[in-house]
Amino acid sequence: MNSSVIIFPGSNCDRDMDVALKKFGFKNKMIWHNDSELPKNDLVVLPGGFSYGDYLRCGSMASKSKIINSVIKFAKSGGLLLGICNGFQILTETELLPGALLRNKYSQFICRNVFIKINESENNYFKNINKNILELHIAHNEGNFFCSTDQMKRINDNNQIAALYCNKDGEVNEKSNPNGAMNNIAGIFNKEKNILGMMPHPERMIDKYLSGDDGSIFFQNLLSNLK
Amino acid sequence: MKVNESVALEHGLSKSEYKKICELLNKTPNITELGIFSAMWNEHCSYKSSRLHLKNLPTEGKKVIQGPGENAGVIDIGDDDAIVFKIESHNHPSFIEPYQGAATGVGGIMRDVFTMGARPIANLNSIHFGSPRNKKTKNLLRGVVRGIGGYGNCIGVPTIGGQTCFDESYNGNILVNAMTLGLVKKNKIFYSKAAGIGKPVIYVGSKTGRDGIHGASMASAIFDEKIEEKKPTVQVGDPFTEKLLLEACLELMAGESIIAIQDMGAAGLTSSSIEMASKGKLGIELNLNKVPCRELNMTPYEIMLSESQERMLIVLENGKEKEAKKIFDKWNLDFSVIGKTTNSKKIELFYDEKKVADIPVDTLVENSPMYDRKWKKSKLPKKNKLNKDNFKSLKILNVLNKLLSNPNICSKEWIWEQYDHTVMGDTIQKPGSDAGIVRVHGTNKAVAASVDSSASYCYAHPLTGGKQVVCESWRNLISVGAEPIAITNCLNFGNPEKEENMGEFVECVQGIGEASKYLNFPVVSGNVSFYNQTKEEGIKPTPSIGGVGLIKNYTDMVTMDFKKVDNIVLVIGKTEGYLDQSIFSRDILRVKTGPPPEINLFNEKNNGQTVLNLIKKKLVRSAHDVSLGGILVAVSKMCIKGKKGLEIKKPKKLINQFEYMFSEDQGRFIVEIEKENYKQVREILEKNSVHYDELGIVLDKDIVIDEKTKVSIDDLIQSNNNWLNKFMEA
Repeated sequence: MNSSVIIFPGSNCDRDMDVALKKFGFKNKMIWHNDSELPKNDLVVLPGGFSYGDYLRCGSMASKSKIINSVIKFAKSGGLLLGICNGFQILTETELLPGALLRNKYSQFICRNVFIKINESENNYFKNINKNILELHIAHNEGNFFCSTDQMKRINDNNQIAALYCNKDGEVNEKSNPNGAMNNIAGIFNKEKNILGMMPHPERMIDKYLSGDDGSIFFQNLLSNLK
Repeated sequence: MKVNESVALEHGLSKSEYKKICELLNKTPNITELGIFSAMWNEHCSYKSSRLHLKNLPTEGKKVIQGPGENAGVIDIGDDDAIVFKIESHNHPSFIEPYQGAATGVGGIMRDVFTMGARPIANLNSIHFGSPRNKKTKNLLRGVVRGIGGYGNCIGVPTIGGQTCFDESYNGNILVNAMTLGLVKKNKIFYSKAAGIGKPVIYVGSKTGRDGIHGASMASAIFDEKIEEKKPTVQVGDPFTEKLLLEACLELMAGESIIAIQDMGAAGLTSSSIEMASKGKLGIELNLNKVPCRELNMTPYEIMLSESQERMLIVLENGKEKEAKKIFDKWNLDFSVIGKTTNSKKIELFYDEKKVADIPVDTLVENSPMYDRKWKKSKLPKKNKLNKDNFKSLKILNVLNKLLSNPNICSKEWIWEQYDHTVMGDTIQKPGSDAGIVRVHGTNKAVAASVDSSASYCYAHPLTGGKQVVCESWRNLISVGAEPIAITNCLNFGNPEKEENMGEFVECVQGIGEASKYLNFPVVSGNVSFYNQTKEEGIKPTPSIGGVGLIKNYTDMVTMDFKKVDNIVLVIGKTEGYLDQSIFSRDILRVKTGPPPEINLFNEKNNGQTVLNLIKKKLVRSAHDVSLGGILVAVSKMCIKGKKGLEIKKPKKLINQFEYMFSEDQGRFIVEIEKENYKQVREILEKNSVHYDELGIVLDKDIVIDEKTKVSIDDLIQSNNNWLNKFMEA
């Protein structure tokens, strides 16, 4: 399986994602933001970090970068496009995904393990996944998902909620919501479910010596769904 | 502007220093030249009060590749890999403007490390604040934590550890010490020594603005009521540009075009160009019109003294300019050839085709002042005779709960959750452990690091305190299973012109030297911060020690959480019941006098090496050093981390229970071992003549001292977690 990770100036999870993809068997290429063409891919990843310093608004400058047109074209033609953290922010800024990611509720950067519950598994990302509640890591300042009532209705009608923050027993409640995200949303799909944006970082959880190993489940499952 | 003695005094120079400058130059300096002298000769850059004493520190060892004198120290970790590391203070700016002060402190230390060709792989910090009751403390803490996080998180380097202390002696002068570790191949280390004549001198990175002018001078002066006016001397950080600069520099370094490279830190373009010239015994000629400026009409004086961040100076091989420029263009950074190396051994500056400064390099560096300042030896205070009858009114669990929620012992999760500690995907021990650990990417090796200080001990007796901090750093590394290799020190003190403060400095340094020599734990880099004083009030002497160690196979690392019910828990090292200067004495008994616990270097080394040996033999399931708060606090933390309990047996020869549980005798560890290994462990301990006590057995969920004295782990977690959260919310 071929994948590409886009490097924007200020990306800082690009290497981690490259390591994770390769570990689970993807042939991964790193693509510079100033390129205009993507190689042939089964998966394109927008990694975490602070693209363009996140100076204007998180992800907003990246959504106007040179490579992004090819990324949009790839996704519109049904290609799998995954945005993690800053990548998720870029996806909402390009309007490939609805909503926006606001400042965390307590206005603080949060770096900790969280649990997420997979909400929708009829898609290439979570189909056949053998664990419904994953322990992943978050590290962000702006992960507070927000959208309009109309958008939320469409998100619900189309089963676009990918994952919800929950506690270790899978209960979705206010206490398990780390950043104030609307309805505990940790990740969403587009209507067609080939585009996934989520705040948690599976690439930081790929062996038992790290903060956890559940990221491995995510990548292994994704790869086997693509085969 | 005409230069005279009073202008020199305004620049922080003394009358005799000004006289010396005139003599060395054989003329009255112009304002640019005076500015350059003031920048190079201030305490922060010249180490004029400390140099004499620092040279006694042990700086060599089998694994030392580079000791003090470069941008950072370098140690060998085998297989062609080396670790570059250093700690540096950013105290004065952080008090004036906590966010930017702390942020640029982190940025500065990372630049010191990647200047040497190393990719930063871990950050740590040691931060000290005034009393929680001081009205400034909360906002300073919030600002500093945000600043550290804001910079490090954006760059994408994990912050893996640190320490936070509160003490009223920092009410007017907080401490922000930032440490960075970087990874480099041994044959790709870059130095700041220029070589060759006529080589292009290149400026890269951000543009030069008017921020931070006189930053280094400000950091060399005490505070008074006009401190708010110094805000413009605080630099403003741009972590995004630093990230680009990091990637661009490493890309250029992969080739063969760099002769020397130096970041522009304190005293900016001045110190970077002069250091490169001085080390290479060359001259440098700069055309200041070529310096990329952010603001209009900047004068040569301002250009030379600006401390704008995220800038580097490079001496390139001839003919490599185009190739290098391409890399910096790719990363959208300024790149300008601003001068060349010469054989004049002078710094010659041109502006609008006029020579605006002409100074022999050695007058700025070798001939800079060095002072043998007067210092006063501290007497060892008299031991307190504590009346043990007073303990009768105390309940041991109340004391434990109080200590666990003490600002200096409580959980600092509120702080480190704001630092990205997992980016780069190799953090295998997070903040809140004895030492943070990152794997050496793609290998089985891992590097452990910790930062420690013990200001109360140092204040009570600087010589003992200096030794103690080094020992504590050593123990912290051993507790995670790392072989300690070397240290970096950040020496935070008051006014060196006062005999008492100078004495504290001299004796702390002596203590550090003795311990690091004995433990073969050399000092490879560091920084001195004097004048941490507001009016007459100075801080307690606070050397921060950053220790670095190696774990050859990271799967052998040990964590501090208790692992399994029924395992045996031992105290390694002898508990004499020494209470003076313990947190129990100071905060429960309110007795603040007396000497700190004695340091027996033989026991430190023997106990530590034996514990490390046990760990290497895979006989230790968890380990933790005994420090602030003594045995009961140490095991409580292990219980909290592992969500397990402990049944504590009465030691055979019980000294008073409070003395046993809360004394801060040195050289001790707590270890957890499996029952079936106990015999083997005992043999090893006895063979090495290491004293040990059987403390108890791991339980499911309570700490049980006796029938009536027990507490659940959940309650301890509450005590440990609540204080800081409540303090910050209130």
